[in-house]
Amino acid sequence: MAGEFGNPEVVEEEVDILLIGGGMACCGAAFEIMRWAEGTDLKIKLVDKAAMDRSGAVAQGLSAINTYIGTEQDPADYARMVSNDLMGITRDDLAYDLGRHVDESVHLFEEWGLPIWKTDENGERHDGSKGMTPLKDGGKPVRSGKWQIMINGESYKWIVAEAAKKALGIDNIQERIFIVKLVNDKNDKNRIAGAVGFSTRDHKVVVYKFKACLLAAGGCVNLFRPRSVGEGQGRAWYPVWNAGSTYAMAAEAGAELTLMENRFVPTRFKDGYGPVGAWFLLFKAKATNAFEEVYMDRNKEMLDDYPPYGQAAVPASCLRNHLMLKEMREGRGPIYMDTVTALANLRETLSPREVKHLEAEAWEDFLDMCVGQCGIWVGENIEPEKKNSELMPTEPYLLGSHSGCCGIWVSGPTDVGAPTDEGEAGVPDHLPKGWNWGYRGMTTVQGLFTAGDGVGASGHKFSSGSHAEGRMCAKSMVKYCLDNPDLKPELADSVDDLVAEIYKPVRNFLEHKDYSTAIDINPNYITPKMLQFRLQKIMDEYVAGVATYYQTNGKMLEVAGEKLDMLKEDAEKMRAKDLHELLRAWENYHRIITAEAHMKHIEFREESRYPGFYYRADYNLVDEENWKCFVNSIYDRESKKWTCFKRQHVDLVDKSKLFK
Amino acid sequence: MPTFVRTDKCDGCKGQDKTACMYICPHDLMKLDKDGSETGHAMRAFNQEPEQCWECYSCVKICPQQAIEARHYADIVPLGGSVQPLRGTDSIMWTIKFRNGTMKRFKFPIRTTPEGSIDPYAGKPAADMSKIADIGFFCQENGFRAGDRSELINL
Repeated sequence: MAGEFGNPEVVEEEVDILLIGGGMACCGAAFEIMRWAEGTDLKIKLVDKAAMDRSGAVAQGLSAINTYIGTEQDPADYARMVSNDLMGITRDDLAYDLGRHVDESVHLFEEWGLPIWKTDENGERHDGSKGMTPLKDGGKPVRSGKWQIMINGESYKWIVAEAAKKALGIDNIQERIFIVKLVNDKNDKNRIAGAVGFSTRDHKVVVYKFKACLLAAGGCVNLFRPRSVGEGQGRAWYPVWNAGSTYAMAAEAGAELTLMENRFVPTRFKDGYGPVGAWFLLFKAKATNAFEEVYMDRNKEMLDDYPPYGQAAVPASCLRNHLMLKEMREGRGPIYMDTVTALANLRETLSPREVKHLEAEAWEDFLDMCVGQCGIWVGENIEPEKKNSELMPTEPYLLGSHSGCCGIWVSGPTDVGAPTDEGEAGVPDHLPKGWNWGYRGMTTVQGLFTAGDGVGASGHKFSSGSHAEGRMCAKSMVKYCLDNPDLKPELADSVDDLVAEIYKPVRNFLEHKDYSTAIDINPNYITPKMLQFRLQKIMDEYVAGVATYYQTNGKMLEVAGEKLDMLKEDAEKMRAKDLHELLRAWENYHRIITAEAHMKHIEFREESRYPGFYYRADYNLVDEENWKCFVNSIYDRESKKWTCFKRQHVDLVDKSKLFK
Repeated sequence: MPTFVRTDKCDGCKGQDKTACMYICPHDLMKLDKDGSETGHAMRAFNQEPEQCWECYSCVKICPQQAIEARHYADIVPLGGSVQPLRGTDSIMWTIKFRNGTMKRFKFPIRTTPEGSIDPYAGKPAADMSKIADIGFFCQENGFRAGDRSELINL
């Protein structure tokens, strides 16, 4: 029987493996998994809350692939870079493993039709349509930095999704299904047994049972009050639809999180948040204060406050912000990207043909991945060769695939010398001791895997690395299912209870809507939008948002904790007047759980590990002696409480090479 | 900017249940107003939550009628500019108009293979199940970087 609003149809389905999400990680998994599953009877399904052609962080396209190792660098070099950019605390085993696998995915993208820029024998660059030697056969990419290569990437996601959809088969994919909650196993609470969600198109609740799942639903955006609060709040730097679902659902299922105190505060073109990478790395532009002083030079002694992370050839991202923020705090803003000088300099060194392409390249950088920035340039009559553009550090974002490393603690490779024991006291007994526990990419919950933004302690994987990481999980999940043929997942909660919980915002609305004349103002419920504003205000004002120049302290965090507790209680009173609002309600619930994890971790870590991203004014130093360790946590769904603890950090590659 | 739908061009995807823009929007913003009760324009699509629009242009690029454009975020951007694409199968054309009337046009490649032509496993080996616990993928594309093992200091 077809469902109706408030009385949804319930669809129950059992599969072996569920892929939750349709971004780069799940597309990678979809491609890899069907080959390993051939000849088995494994049933595999993918669900995406959007449409795979344009879902995830690559939906709009990209102008570069930020992780391509190439033949001249070693995975150890990559692991070193990742570590230093994230202030020394990352999992070398995960970064190294990603570094040795990632180029395999990039070579596939090119085979499938992604245009990749090439450098010819004379050193001239050509766009990706010219049919030059593929990377796979020794073609030379255009490096915009040590790790980045330039692409014509408007259709990047479209291409990668086509391969994933064909591999998996269209019958095994359901779009517009938003999974909102994982369900543990009735007989083993440390095992995953299912997931529930709903269709955003039909009145339908879906209940899946499975042996294993890949949870890869992106990072978290708009948990802090954004700098633009009108129409422009949609112009987040990272995609506005990344709602922390990965972290929140994993935490509620009991998975161990790591480095949730980490955040990314990208410095980008002001308001449009257009990319700066090509401007810095390809066009060699400098960022200055209002008086044309290069703040990285003016304030360079500040890097010495943070040895050794400030002393590498490329100082950690947060420290570059730290030097810029000094200019802003002391009144020497606005900060500018000096596009005028950069383009003038390039005109002197490039061939005439290249100069002709130069202007197009500068515009394509935005048009491929951030059209909104072009909108600002045309509205403000900015032509980059004639007028410089302002830069601004954004509101904070939580993610694990870009220049951030919060996420879930996962099992790593076994052949790179990772610890097999734990050196810190206080890790709860039921959690694994070393850095690998059987299946690559599995969380501390049996059968629950993650990739991309989901994996913590290993940033800088970007689009290509997320795809490769999804592929690694695909293999592990098949192996897990084959190793456990007799596993019969049983849901710990009744289907009736789960359906009631998911549709509660709809019930709240239907039950109370006639109490007041104004649909949005009613003491019996709160709209998802207002709940989100409350969350953003708390995070902005107490948990080191832009309002306080990214500063907080123990007292402020205590206040935030009280306010978040009440917000979490009020989340039970969210209303949904239609399926669209039900989507927003659950997204915002996920944001609250993610925000709480962020706050608890910052509170636990009594130092300022990421100056420029956030400061604890009461512990305003990097304390190598006491805090060069992971901060991890688990959440108890019953008591709604977090437990934070330390895990020992170990170097698997020699970091001192960065400073020679 | 948030996208908007032109009443003179949108045909509601000819009365199908789901419009192209509804299909593609990553943030579930586009909605078809079947009877005109929400916008006054029956059988036209509209952006139901413009302040959540990422300006990703997915709807603009996919609209078969070129009925969708963007009026950039009004709380940020002065009026008068426009950035409009025409996406084909192998390239995309952009027409850019500044507030002061300056125009620019760019054309960029988007794909080197025909749309829909990917055959993901063509010419690729089957997976070797004896290697399922090893590092590496089922197919080798000359991109595995084995690395110098002496770099691993904990072995």
